[in-house]
Amino acid sequence: MFDVISLMLRTGILTERLPARSPESPPLESVQEDIRRILGRALCIRHVDAGSCNGCELELQALNNPYYNLEGAGIKFVASPRHADVLLVTGPVSANMEEALKRTYGAIPDPKVVIAVGDCGACGGIFGKSYASRGSVADVIPVHRVIPGCPPEPAKILAGILDAVVSAQGQASKRDKAKRS
Amino acid sequence: METDFAKDQQLPIPSNIQSYLLRVDREGWLRTAQALHNADAKFLTLWGADDRDRDAYFRVYAAWLLPQSILVLEHSIEDVRNPSYPGLSTIFPAALRMERAAYDLLGISAEEADARAWLRHGGWPGNLFPLRREVSASQSYPLDPEPYPFVMVEGDGVHEIAVGPVHAGMIEPGHFRFSVVGEKVLRLEERLGYTHKGVAKRFESLSQQEGHRLAARLSGDSAVAFSWAYCAALESITYTSCPPRAVALRALALEHERIANHLGDLGALGNDAGFAFGLTQFSRFKENLLRANTLTFGARYLMDYIVPGGVAGDLPEGGGDLLLTQYETLEEGVATLRSIYAEHAGLQDRFRETGRLEHRLARQFGALGLAARASGIACDLRVDHPWSPYDGLVPNLVTQPHGDVAARVHVRFDEVMESLRLCRILLEGLPAGPLQNTPTVASGGCLGIGLIEGWRGPVMVVLETAAGGGIRRCHAHDPSWQNWPLLEFAILGDIVPDFPLINKSFNLSYSGQDG
Repeated sequence: MFDVISLMLRTGILTERLPARSPESPPLESVQEDIRRILGRALCIRHVDAGSCNGCELELQALNNPYYNLEGAGIKFVASPRHADVLLVTGPVSANMEEALKRTYGAIPDPKVVIAVGDCGACGGIFGKSYASRGSVADVIPVHRVIPGCPPEPAKILAGILDAVVSAQGQASKRDKAKRS
Repeated sequence: METDFAKDQQLPIPSNIQSYLLRVDREGWLRTAQALHNADAKFLTLWGADDRDRDAYFRVYAAWLLPQSILVLEHSIEDVRNPSYPGLSTIFPAALRMERAAYDLLGISAEEADARAWLRHGGWPGNLFPLRREVSASQSYPLDPEPYPFVMVEGDGVHEIAVGPVHAGMIEPGHFRFSVVGEKVLRLEERLGYTHKGVAKRFESLSQQEGHRLAARLSGDSAVAFSWAYCAALESITYTSCPPRAVALRALALEHERIANHLGDLGALGNDAGFAFGLTQFSRFKENLLRANTLTFGARYLMDYIVPGGVAGDLPEGGGDLLLTQYETLEEGVATLRSIYAEHAGLQDRFRETGRLEHRLARQFGALGLAARASGIACDLRVDHPWSPYDGLVPNLVTQPHGDVAARVHVRFDEVMESLRLCRILLEGLPAGPLQNTPTVASGGCLGIGLIEGWRGPVMVVLETAAGGGIRRCHAHDPSWQNWPLLEFAILGDIVPDFPLINKSFNLSYSGQDG
């Protein structure tokens, strides 16, 4: 036990600042506050591997390491689509995963945001379209944002998720204004 | 059957490990397989090819690893209307799923094999065989799901738990059907194939110079191993030598891949046993290594680092020193964590005796790689069949006799340390010189093999060239094919909540198996 506590103390806090999107955009730390204000809880993501090579999964797992500390940014991965606000899909959609992906999409309550991660999710990648691959995620379900890369680095994925949330929020407040007027 | 397997009739196959081809008839196919079993040969893979356009045959191939070489059996199937061959699964149980896959893709059936589809889940019609020459590579078909008859367990109080294909965590898709009484698992049946992306067919529309990029993406965590295996096959066919500096850098990349995956697994295994501290610590070390990869190799995951004839980039100025410092920190950190894991009673209680794969069973079912070594089977291509540069490195073999989760944890710890030792030797003796020799374009109809010990076990690429720099057939094989069925045995007698831990201790590839 002493070893564990001692190593924790020696390691310290490694979490880095959230990645910058662009020099002129507001710091992403404010997004974190927005998430809390709007949802009153963490942003919940359900991930589905629709046929990936496992490269993107490794980088998604890295988001939970102490450097990126995803949960510290107010975002968590959840086990059930019923609990999710965001569906994050990796891989080209294999024919064998088409139905499971559609069902998961259907099980997420509205409004939902869909993010396709990786070159395969974006365009089918090197696998393309074939008897076994449907190609990009957008060929199967509606997609709001794409985070390209093979695999995309965790910082890019994190920025992409936050970006998608910001723009979904922007669209939602526009709708609210339109309703009010 | 003589034990030299008709040596005078064997033809050499270009490969990074000495390989031979033996053409056999129907009767010779089974007889030789039985003799190979008697000689304790390791079954590597089975695949088929459509050669009706060339000489009116379907062909089925199977490969074994012998103490001195690889032996590939080739059997030509004459009856192309109703193509079949004698199945090998009664002799080598691991062949069963490969035979089912060969039927789904090519329509050649192994007599007496399980007739259920393995890779085809209704995504394409049952009378269409995608690897046949006349089938278009780009055509897709509407989904028509078919029921899959799992084997039922009957009895008082037995019920089923169906898990997947979408799992609770951030992992690959697959289906597990547990038959349980209370919490105790009576039977586990796996259904895989969900990530089948048609890799074999896709290879055929790529050029020889592009194939390594697809090979690297068969299983993203083994990108270096698969791209090396592909390049080894192509380089052997074209007699291209890889410059000594590139050879050393390839091995460095392969060992980095091994270390990164082991670190990730060691952390996840702690986490699955309720010790989140382990995950935090190991994932920080893994992240450090991946960041060092970016600084030295140009990317966190080395998807396109190994290219035909060499490697894509050199270490930057000071890169060697950066890595040496990294190794030192890692060695110290992993040693500290190892003693914490060893002394943690709760963790050891979950690890020991859980998910036991007995030595006898592992041998009988042809376990490969890390899982085999943790069940006391001494096998590591880097030691038994060292190709360059491993012939000069002399890696130490790591084994553990007990076959439980604890043994697989031990093997990972030992292999991380051994890989760090190898990395240091590689860096300190890094030869100067060029990074790539451009391979010549191979003519059509040449067969070559690449066999590389990846972090999970031996990964194999069999490449057959087409005229004009194309690929006629490429079969890529992940050791997970052999090890997945063993997981069904390892869980027996354990309880359902131990499954994630046991599964992680094997950490097999879905994508690599599905293709």
